[in-house]
Amino acid sequence: MSARITLATSARLLGQLRRDRRTLAMVFLVAPALLALFKFMFWHEPQVLDRVGAPMIGVFPLIMMFLITSIAMLRERTGGTLERLMSLPLAKLDLLLGYGLAFALLAALQGVVTGAIGFGLLGVQAQGPVWAVVALAVLNAILGMALGLLLSAFARTEFQAIQFMPAVLLPQILLSGLLLPRGKMPAAVHVISSLLPVTYAYDALARVTADQLGGHFLLDLLIVAGSIAAALLLAAMTLRRRTG
Amino acid sequence: MRGGQTVLPGISLQVASGCVTGLLGPSGSGKTTLMRSIVGVQVVAGGSVRVLGAPAGAPMLRQRVAYVTQAPSVYGDLTVVENLRYFARILGVNRTRIAEVIASVGLADRASRIAGNLSGGERTRASLAVALLGEPEVLVLDEPTVGIDPILRRELWRMFYRLAEAGACVLISSHVMDEAERCQQLLLMRGGEIIASGSPAELLRRTGSDKLEDTFIALAERA
Repeated sequence: MSARITLATSARLLGQLRRDRRTLAMVFLVAPALLALFKFMFWHEPQVLDRVGAPMIGVFPLIMMFLITSIAMLRERTGGTLERLMSLPLAKLDLLLGYGLAFALLAALQGVVTGAIGFGLLGVQAQGPVWAVVALAVLNAILGMALGLLLSAFARTEFQAIQFMPAVLLPQILLSGLLLPRGKMPAAVHVISSLLPVTYAYDALARVTADQLGGHFLLDLLIVAGSIAAALLLAAMTLRRRTG
Repeated sequence: MRGGQTVLPGISLQVASGCVTGLLGPSGSGKTTLMRSIVGVQVVAGGSVRVLGAPAGAPMLRQRVAYVTQAPSVYGDLTVVENLRYFARILGVNRTRIAEVIASVGLADRASRIAGNLSGGERTRASLAVALLGEPEVLVLDEPTVGIDPILRRELWRMFYRLAEAGACVLISSHVMDEAERCQQLLLMRGGEIIASGSPAELLRRTGSDKLEDTFIALAERA
């Protein structure tokens, strides 16, 4: 493990993104645009935005970073650069942390932009501290990134990688409590939702929104952090120095 | 084993340092699998592969062995210099080395171009430049001169000789026989087996022919 190599990897990834202006524009504009759409859609029912506005700001980066990371990693796998990296003095952790750092930085920027527009312009509200929503956005982005890194191992083409978003992420978002409070879910569905990491990511956001930063909130953070660690560990196992 | 198939059923060879060894054979003869085994990125079902006294793929070799695959393994969305800067930082190589390797593969005027916009041959050279960064003791090159202009190809071969003279082990694969003449040692492969090895002159003498192409045919028929 080396800080030099980790930082070089982050710088390289950010350099690649910097070249892709259209992707960057979408990273920063899509989330605020969707939030604005929500605001106008529920113009006559403002309590909806009060409930889900802040959590949406915190969940967007999860989806974005999942997609960007899974494609970026898939390109490394199919383009031969991963094989090259694996034959060089680079620890697997250097690569994973390099990804983490680069995308956490991007997510922080995205969180700040979406937060500023959401809370500043669109009148989204949270009873808890706004910075906590942005901090959770970064944490969720790292979760999305870790899941993306892991799932990229199971895709052979970019078409397949994109399908993991509706296949793996969308069900988690649907069951997280964002659409329907978990208390109203049938027992079996409730059990499934309690096994999914995004449920806790959403719950933490909902608790900031309602200003309930107690023990449950800390437990949520712990579970999200544990899920990130588990996904990264599994992702590291999919990075093989030798292949058949 | 590659892709669930046994590619190299039983093979034994040595590649010496200090010379350019050519691995010649038709497509599908197992050249790439053999090279991958030497570099240590290939899952080997049986047998032992040792490089510079250590098992192939050992961590201590990652600084000393470089491999150029047929796929140009550089980032298509970065410039040539940016690619080299990244790999130089991984290898802990001085930045002055970057301009040197770019010049040595004839890409000085393409250095600030995006790798994805380069021609196939130029991208292969960018990939070769990455391999040269760490001044490796073992350089394994899988068909490095495909699609390269003849004058530049001659330049690259001169560089390979220089590296070998300086003590490196240079192993180059090719499926084109006219490249064989340039090698100091040859390994002829067919169907996952080494059918002959030796210097080009030696092989020509052994088959009594004056063209390596005929030599290969003669040796393949004998095997």
